[in-house]
Amino acid sequence: MDEPFIHLAGVRKVYRTRGQDVLAISEATFDVAAGELVSLVGPSGCGKTTLLKILAGLHSHSGEMTIGSRTQPFDPSRDIGMVFQQPLLLKWRRVIDNVLLPAEILGLSIAQSRARARDLLALVGLKGSEDKYPYELSGGMQQRAAIARALIHDPKLILMDEPFGALDALTREKMNLELLRIWEEAKKTIVFVTHGISEAVFLGTRVIVLTAGPARMADNFRVELDYPRTLDSKTSERFGEYNKRIYRLLMSEDR
Amino acid sequence: MAFTPQAVQRYTLAVLSHLALVLAWYLFVRLGEVPKFVMPSPYETLHALLVPNYRWLENVAVTSAEIFGGYVLAVLFGIGAALLFSWFRPLEMAVMPLLVSLNMIPKVALGPLIIVWFKYGIGPNALMAFAICFFPIVLTTARGLREVEPDLIDLVRTLKGSRWQVFTKIQLPGALPYIFSGMKVAAILAVAGAIVGEFLGSDRGLGYLMLQVQVTLDTAAMFMAVILITLIGMILYALVLVLERMLVVRDARLA
Repeated sequence: MDEPFIHLAGVRKVYRTRGQDVLAISEATFDVAAGELVSLVGPSGCGKTTLLKILAGLHSHSGEMTIGSRTQPFDPSRDIGMVFQQPLLLKWRRVIDNVLLPAEILGLSIAQSRARARDLLALVGLKGSEDKYPYELSGGMQQRAAIARALIHDPKLILMDEPFGALDALTREKMNLELLRIWEEAKKTIVFVTHGISEAVFLGTRVIVLTAGPARMADNFRVELDYPRTLDSKTSERFGEYNKRIYRLLMSEDR
Repeated sequence: MAFTPQAVQRYTLAVLSHLALVLAWYLFVRLGEVPKFVMPSPYETLHALLVPNYRWLENVAVTSAEIFGGYVLAVLFGIGAALLFSWFRPLEMAVMPLLVSLNMIPKVALGPLIIVWFKYGIGPNALMAFAICFFPIVLTTARGLREVEPDLIDLVRTLKGSRWQVFTKIQLPGALPYIFSGMKVAAILAVAGAIVGEFLGSDRGLGYLMLQVQVTLDTAAMFMAVILITLIGMILYALVLVLERMLVVRDARLA
């Protein structure tokens, strides 16, 4: 990894609420290479969403953060795609018009984007649902549409904030496999926030563990499991060891 | 729109229940030998339309003008005020509490004042309708404009979208169901406002006519006037429903 795509050094975030300083992130230092899928895992309140919003340029912070490299220049206004815990589709728009929203905001050619939106909906497995309204889709399908929306303007970085947290367990497993497939086809850098330990290991090329109170980075390691990952990866010994490693960190602080 | 068997059944039952009420009315008057000045039969009520002195057409036109005029003004000013509030928060903080206080005034109590200030006639009665239905529209519209998912605003912000884009693409279409729920409440109130205005002071209109025929105990004409007032209200309400159907996707509609 010669030149990282994302570089964070000593990133710190302090909120001021009611005259009191609350430390949201004490010190985050890590690098992400282009094309990686990094899992940020930790309990609720550990500052992982805050960290994601700092990456998105939505929060101020102290410390050093650069995104982009010479080979992968980064334009903060059009190289970020976001996926949230809720699909947040606009109820009054058809699926394809929901996918087109970022293209409209950026002023991209709608004719070209529409063709791209169709391809993306096929990529996420929603071929044939282009003209449906969100209420006609299941929760999992809505979240697929939200992923297509995050990809429409061809951003280099996708930020996902517990995107499958509101889905039932089985749908969640399916969506994990789907996300890996989409990631391999779309070749994007993804930062994936979750509180699911095995989800973090199963998806990530790398896992960054955050612990709460005081919020700090507790671990950062590469996941040496081959892609494409299948359900068999979950039964491997190594997968179990990675899980245990994260469990110990998160359990030891929770007393 | 396709007429499914369920829809046909629903409409048939609705029509039948209305006819049943008329039948019950007829039987009650007939079998109970109720005198005409207490309760006229459906036939006698219809017959009142033939009295040329009552100038039904003119009176219906006057009352309709008051109701629709006051209502349309309230919709325009109500939505306009709510938009200003959402654009200029300090204005909302200053004016909204004032509006809440002013709304506590029973609008009917303003009637004599309106007559002192504006004499009586179509204009002042429309003003009464306006006063009574302005507030629900401001309130629901303002509420609808406030209900924006913060994550969606973040999504637009990561794309460096403008406030105007948030407004046109997310805020306003999201507020439409709320606007319509206020407009439906106001449609019912507008009718009451105009009639109360006519009771307090007028020389034309269905409310005025009711006071005139009360003196001569022409109860049939009073019944007819009430039915016509109800019909005007139903037409206004139906127009609002049609507009809602055209503008708001089914799933997003509020009761």
